[in-house]
Amino acid sequence: MQRNGPIALAFHSLVVVFMLAPMVVVCLVAFTPENTLAMPWNGLSLRWFEAVFHHADFMSSFGNSVRLALLSATISTVLAVPAALAITRYEFRGREALNALFLSPLIIPHLVLGVAFLRLFSLMGMGGSFGWLVATHAIVVTPYTLRLILASLTSMDRNAENAARTLGAAEWTVFRRITMPLMLPGISGGWLLAFINSFDELTMSIFVTSPSTVTLPVRMYMYASESIDPMMAAVSTLMIVLATITMIILDRLFGLDRLLVGKG
Amino acid sequence: MSAAISAIKPRRLAPLALSGPTTLFFIGLVLLPLLLTVILSFNSYDYTAGIQSDFTFANYLTVLQDEYYLSTFWRTLRLALLTTVITVAIGVPEAYVLSNMRKPWRSIFLLVIIGPLLVSVVVRTFGWSMLLGKNGFVNSALAIVGLDPVQLLYTETAIVIGLVHIMLPFMVIPVWTVLQKLDPTVEAAALTLGASRFTALRRVVFPQAALGILSGSLIVFALSASSFAIPGLLGGRRLKMAATLVYDEFLIELNWPLGATIAIIVLVANLVIMLAYNRLIERQAKRKLG
Repeated sequence: MQRNGPIALAFHSLVVVFMLAPMVVVCLVAFTPENTLAMPWNGLSLRWFEAVFHHADFMSSFGNSVRLALLSATISTVLAVPAALAITRYEFRGREALNALFLSPLIIPHLVLGVAFLRLFSLMGMGGSFGWLVATHAIVVTPYTLRLILASLTSMDRNAENAARTLGAAEWTVFRRITMPLMLPGISGGWLLAFINSFDELTMSIFVTSPSTVTLPVRMYMYASESIDPMMAAVSTLMIVLATITMIILDRLFGLDRLLVGKG
Repeated sequence: MSAAISAIKPRRLAPLALSGPTTLFFIGLVLLPLLLTVILSFNSYDYTAGIQSDFTFANYLTVLQDEYYLSTFWRTLRLALLTTVITVAIGVPEAYVLSNMRKPWRSIFLLVIIGPLLVSVVVRTFGWSMLLGKNGFVNSALAIVGLDPVQLLYTETAIVIGLVHIMLPFMVIPVWTVLQKLDPTVEAAALTLGASRFTALRRVVFPQAALGILSGSLIVFALSASSFAIPGLLGGRRLKMAATLVYDEFLIELNWPLGATIAIIVLVANLVIMLAYNRLIERQAKRKLG
């Protein structure tokens, strides 16, 4: 390991400033007492945070996004666990194809998925329902749960299962007492990644939400492209606080680098 | 592996029963909608009668001949490439600097660099629109130094800055992963044997990091080319990229067949580039092994 020279550290500082600048600015402007996006030079105010909590649309969108992320992460986990078991524990024809199909939402741009869902729902005459929105998000986040569960299944020591079997445990008992507990870190990590990705998803959602199911990122995008008052900065600050809390929890539980690098 | 599988005595139905529901879900909600979109791209559109159920190549001809659409595709490609190059130029040295850091700092700064992934793209892009705006902080800083304000927001520069910011973690992660596996004594050996710092980097570190750089730039390019929020908020109404173009056709012009055509072109271009690039990566990996 080499030491970083002064040039390397100067470069590093610039990168850190670049990464943090937009978020720091958002957090500062959120406390402005003015009516425009200005730095709070003349005193701090919480009026824009108060405005957010009295803004019915933002609050209902926040509720939508939380419910959507909870449901879609859970559904995707329920779908991914048996699929991962089939892929890792059995040799069968089309196994590779299935794996590719389940991971395909990572490769297909969300824009294309959004358009495709919009077309499907309009032909079915079912556009705009919350249930279908949950289904689309479950599709988009399943690769994240599947990847982490697959990783935990392939890295676990199979001898533990075989030992249980040799000792006379039934298949279901082996699954419940050995396999499932060993999968648990993959399942919980995958669920959390799925939750975060669903909560932040914009590009696909903007095509499939209806006025009553608008999610927070979609609401924020619409708001940011139409008006320029500091309320947007206040909402953004709240999101940054939420993300920071999530980051600390994730880092304590799993190690953020391991989770995001995808090694479960 | 095969011994373990035979120990389970696989019933033929077990994998089917396990993966069946998920497969049906994905066929119904990935393959079917994509097929419907392909079909839609061959339908014609009438501004009074709506979508016709005929078969025509007219949409593809329109998109591939019209100056407006072509220039948007060209901009998408250009900005995505530029973003990829800049992300490599910043992300690779940054990953190297990170991997050379001592214990507590390394994980702290890794968190600072990849943590923004957890903050919504809309939030970060909104931050840039404030920094780059007419009365934004970059221009205020220029005014303090005594320079004239520059138009940054709603330019391609703004889009590229926003894209680089969003994409940097996707470059740092794979390169950092590769560098972690690298044996630090090899670089030390090169230095001991009299190589300059730069030569050691160029001849020892860089070739080993090449795989990480390649996979990182694939992700960055693909995500940049289909990004929506950044051109939407930083490009304004005039500077469109592929994703904002599709959005306009679907939700403003309501010409769904034309929007579907552009979306399909984006998808096909994406897949072709990914496959070609994967070939390249595989060849690179083979060369390293053999």
